[in-house]
Parts: sequence; C-alpha cells; structure tokens
Amino acid sequence: MNTVYFLAQQTMFFAIPLLIVALGGMFSERSGVVNIALEGIMVMGAFVSISFISFFQNVMSGQLLLLLAIIIAGLTGALFALFHAFASINLRADQTISGTALNMFAPAFAVFVARMIQGVQQVQFKDTFHISKVPFLGDIPILGPILFQNCYITTYIGIAIVIITEIIINHTKFGLRLRSCGEYPQAADSVGINVYKIRYAGVLISGMLGGIGGLVFVVPTSTNFNATVAGYGFLALAVLIFGQWRTNKIFFAAFFFGIMKTFAAAYSGIPILKELPISNEVYKMIPYIATLIVLAFFSKSSQAPKASGIPYDKGSR
Amino acid sequence: MKNKFNLNIPISKWGISFFSAVAAIVIGLLFGFIILLISNSKEAVPGFIAILQGGFADGAKGIGDVLYNATPIILTGLSVGFAFKTGLFNIGASGQFTMGAFAAIFIGIKFSFLPGHLHWIVALIGAMVAGGLWGLLPGILKAFTNVHEVISSIMMNYIGMYLVNMMIVDYVHDKIKNQSLPVAKTAILPKAGLDKLFETNNLNIGILIAILAVIVIYIILNKTTFGFELKACGLSPTASKYAGINAKRNIILSMVIAGALSGLGGGLLYLAGSGKYLQVVDMLAPQGFNGISVALLGMSHPIGILFAGLFIAHLTVGGVNIQLYSFVPEVIDIIIAVIIYCGAFALMFKNIILKLNKRGTKEEAGK
Repeated sequence: MNTVYFLAQQTMFFAIPLLIVALGGMFSERSGVVNIALEGIMVMGAFVSISFISFFQNVMSGQLLLLLAIIIAGLTGALFALFHAFASINLRADQTISGTALNMFAPAFAVFVARMIQGVQQVQFKDTFHISKVPFLGDIPILGPILFQNCYITTYIGIAIVIITEIIINHTKFGLRLRSCGEYPQAADSVGINVYKIRYAGVLISGMLGGIGGLVFVVPTSTNFNATVAGYGFLALAVLIFGQWRTNKIFFAAFFFGIMKTFAAAYSGIPILKELPISNEVYKMIPYIATLIVLAFFSKSSQAPKASGIPYDKGSR
Repeated sequence: MKNKFNLNIPISKWGISFFSAVAAIVIGLLFGFIILLISNSKEAVPGFIAILQGGFADGAKGIGDVLYNATPIILTGLSVGFAFKTGLFNIGASGQFTMGAFAAIFIGIKFSFLPGHLHWIVALIGAMVAGGLWGLLPGILKAFTNVHEVISSIMMNYIGMYLVNMMIVDYVHDKIKNQSLPVAKTAILPKAGLDKLFETNNLNIGILIAILAVIVIYIILNKTTFGFELKACGLSPTASKYAGINAKRNIILSMVIAGALSGLGGGLLYLAGSGKYLQVVDMLAPQGFNGISVALLGMSHPIGILFAGLFIAHLTVGGVNIQLYSFVPEVIDIIIAVIIYCGAFALMFKNIILKLNKRGTKEEAGK
C-alpha cells in the first residue's frame, strides 16, 4: 500500500505542472491564438520567481514565500506573454514566429542574467515548502496519504485552477466570448465583442498559468533552477491537444501522462518490474508511446478551435 | 499595362522581404549591443565588434568554422521549412536528427567491411532512412488517424532520444566516457581539400552536401508537379482535395522527406571527424529546435534557409569569440530570438511599403 501512496504522491509532482500549463494553453487557443511559447514562458516564470525565493529566503520562508513566488511567477509569465500577444494579435504575425522567438529568448536570458549577477547559471534555493503531513486532513484513510501527505500547496493550487478554469470557460459570459473568438471571430465581432481584447485576455491568462507552471514544476523536484524546464512546455502543448482543448479531458490527459511518467521514474521501486530484463530506457519511453497509441485511436474527430492560429483581420469577412 | 503589373510584383515582393529581413537583423543586433552595454559597458564595443566579425575574425579558419557550424542547422532548417510549405509543423526535427546521427554512427562502426569510398555514403543513406522513418510515423498518424503532427512529433522526439540512448549502450558504447565509440576512418566524410583551404580540420564535404540538398529541395518545390501539389496542400487543403490531389500521400511524403533531411543533418555532424560523439544524456538535440529558427529566418525558402543557416553559424562563432571579453555566449541566442521576433513585423513593413508603392504607381498613372 505504501508503494501506491508513494506513486500517487509522485504523480502529483509530474501531473500538476503539466495540467496548469496545458490549461494555460487552452485559454490562449480557445481565444484563437496558438501558444507554442509555453516552454519559454515556463522558463521565464520559474527563473524570476526562483530568483525571488533565492533573494528573500533568509528573510522569510515556508508557504508565505511560496505564495508570493507563485504570484510573481504568474505576473512574469503574463508580462512575457504580452510580447506573443502583441505580435500575433496586433501585428497579425505567424504565431509560430513569436512563439519560437520567446522559447529561444527565455533560457538564454535566464542563463545570461544569472551568470552576470552571481557568476554561475544555476539559481539555488532552499526547499522550505515541503509539507510532510497536513494536520487533520492527512489522517483521513486512503485519501489522506494520497493528497495530504508528503505534498506541496502547489497541488491544491493546481486543482483549484482546474475548477476555476472550468467555471470561467463554460459558465461565464467571458468564457462564452472567449470561445466564440476562437471558433468564429467574425461572428463574435459582429455582435459587438472586441476580438482583440478577448484574445489579449486569453494570451495573458495563458502566460500567467504558464509562469506559475514553471515554478510548480521546479519546486517539488529540485533545489536549483538551471534555465530549463526539460521540455515540459512542449509536453503541456501535447497534453492540450491530447485533452482536445477541453478542461475535463485535459485533466485526465495530464494525469494519464503523469501516472505513466511516475511509473517510468519509479519502476525500480516495484519489485516485480525491477527483476524483468528490460532496459531503464524502455520504461522511460512508455509514457510517450502510450500517448501516441491512445491518440491514434481517439483523434478522428478533432475538437480544435476552428479559428485557432488564424490572425483576426477586421477587414476580411 | 497588365503585363507590366505582373512582372513588377514578384520583384518588389522580394525586395520587401529582403528589406524587412535586414531591418530585423539590425534591430536584433542593436538589442544585443544594448544588452552588452548594460552588462559591461567597458568591453561592450570590442565584444560587439567580435559578434559582427563572427567567422571573419580568424581568417580562413573562421570561415571554415562558420561553414562547419552551418551544415547541420541548414539541414534541420530545410526539414522544418519544407514541412512548413506543406502546411505541417515539423517540431520533431530533433528526434529525426538524433536517429540519423545514430544510424550513421552505427553503420560507421559496424559496417567496416564496406570499401572505403562506399562506407560514408552508405552511412549517410542510413542516416536519411532512419530520419525518414522517424518522420514517416507522424505522417501516417496525421494522414490516417488525424493525430496532430505537433504532438506526435514531440512524442517521437522523446522516444527517439531514449531509444538512441539505449542502442548506444547496447551496441556502440564507450563505457568510460559514456558516449558512442569513434567511427571507422572510412566512414568519416572526405575533406576534398576543404580542410587545407580553410585551415580547419572540422570542415569536409558536408557543407557541399548541405548546399546540394538546398538545390534539390528548391527544384522539388519550384520545378516539379509534386512540389506544386505539396504547396497546394499547404495553402489550401480543401481546394487541393477538389483538384484531385492525394493529400494523404503528400502529407506522408512531406514528413518523410523532412525527416530524411534532419537525419542527414545528424549524419553529417557526427561523421565529420571533428571529435563529436553521441552522448548518453536525457536531452533533446538542440539542432532540431535551431532548425525552426533557421526556417523562420529563411522564410521557409530553400535559398533563404541556406543564408539563414550561414548567418546564425556566423553569429555562433562570434558568440564563442566574445567569451574573450568575459561575455556569456547566450547573448547570441538573445540576438537571434529578437531577430526572429522582429520577423513578425515583416508583415507590417510589407503593408507600409506596399501602400507607399501603390501611392507611387497611382501618382505615376496620374501623370
């Protein structure tokens, strides 16, 4: 049973950042802007917020510091995404161009600034955020060990983001407008919705979530930041498509991938699997192969937003 | 009058593209200079000059280094750009590159029974086949099961990386350095005197093969029916379907060719005999992602990609040189990122110039 709990806790560390960033991508794409800059946004958010932790960890510590860092990560991400929004909405540029530029800029910027300020590119920080057991809740049988032991508050923030996203997208006026801009912006415009503003909102929210996702990815798995998020931004993009641009499906896609990934990372802790004569690398490949197979069966009817990736030009009807 | 109008447009469009590319480069370089100024104002000027000089700083050897650095990214750039033309985003150049590199190394080590002048050719063909296979699968998935090529090629990147790590350990492992073994001498690309001409051991006919690939892709895209069909699929999938073009076949072929180009890039880099070995690390090959930059900078045009690859390699060599002035080479990535971003302004530049042009022709017509 302990193994199961351990695996469940590990799954959170893999799945939650993917989930947050993929939901971010959803906000952008459903407003009609493809955001392949998620990787760069994650790096930027993680870099600035972890530098913040590293500067202030002698003054404060624990959950307050982490919460402040999350806010800073979100702001940084949104600010950085502003560049993507400007190029793809105002300039009506090919959205891969600014996305690629941002992905290239962020790690270079992180390395450059870190090296100029402190000499080395790794930003070290002390992990004072780990919660070994939440009082009371951690004692609940089964659910306690899975959700409330050996965890970080980022898990709850991630789950909160899923619920809030679902409400915003499907149950608010803003959500309806956002979706209409991604499906048929001309129609949205004709009823008086400002497509540009809605798309800006979509991209900025995606930047905010991307930045938070960067921090959430680094904190539980490491104690330094080395200007990379190991391709998680691209994986989040894959989870977004896997999840068919829908909140609930993204949730399952992220956890499917997270479970597979945990399995690949922790198989040596499972006695039966460890004895099999299978290479370590084969286990590492499993999440990706499994995703491909699942996709091959379930992609026939794509539910991609129809206007995603197409710049909106008021003049064209 | 009508004829004149038709003739004028392509020329002026080219001029505008060229102008906006130059403008983007100037802005990117200025941005880099400002960053150098902020970080260390005393060394900023010599540092910036080193970037501008790039490969031209060390005479023939520097130019040789530029050509050597440009070879793999020209090919991954071609790979991404070619797929762009068909309306596909080949983000999987990295995996295809790695597979190609492994196939070349594997053949280079194990097939030493081949005669000398055939060995490297077979190794390169192997690299293209391996890369092509890695493009084939996303192509098939896209054509028959509607899996988005972006997600399948991202998955293929990781599968390729882990698979190659596994196969290096199983077949061609240098245990002490945890990397691939050196290839047989006959598998190393011939130098054809280029090493003497440019006074650097790294240079070989790889760059000539890259240029050949550029020409072949240019001919395929612009002079053949197949290329026309590919571009038609990219511009309007529905229109090409009604015109009787087999879109499924074209998607698959386009991904295979894109994969083969990336694979060839991997083969050329690791058979260069420049002391590079495939490492057993969990990191995607950066050349694949640089290919996206090269393709965008070259506006997906084969000739543009050739020059974009040379230009980025030129800056990369400059990036090595600025370490003399205690700057970090990542400045170059920042500059390239800004240049690509400014490419997004190209449309704006174009619109302004076209407006000015129109006004000009109207005035002329008025006279």
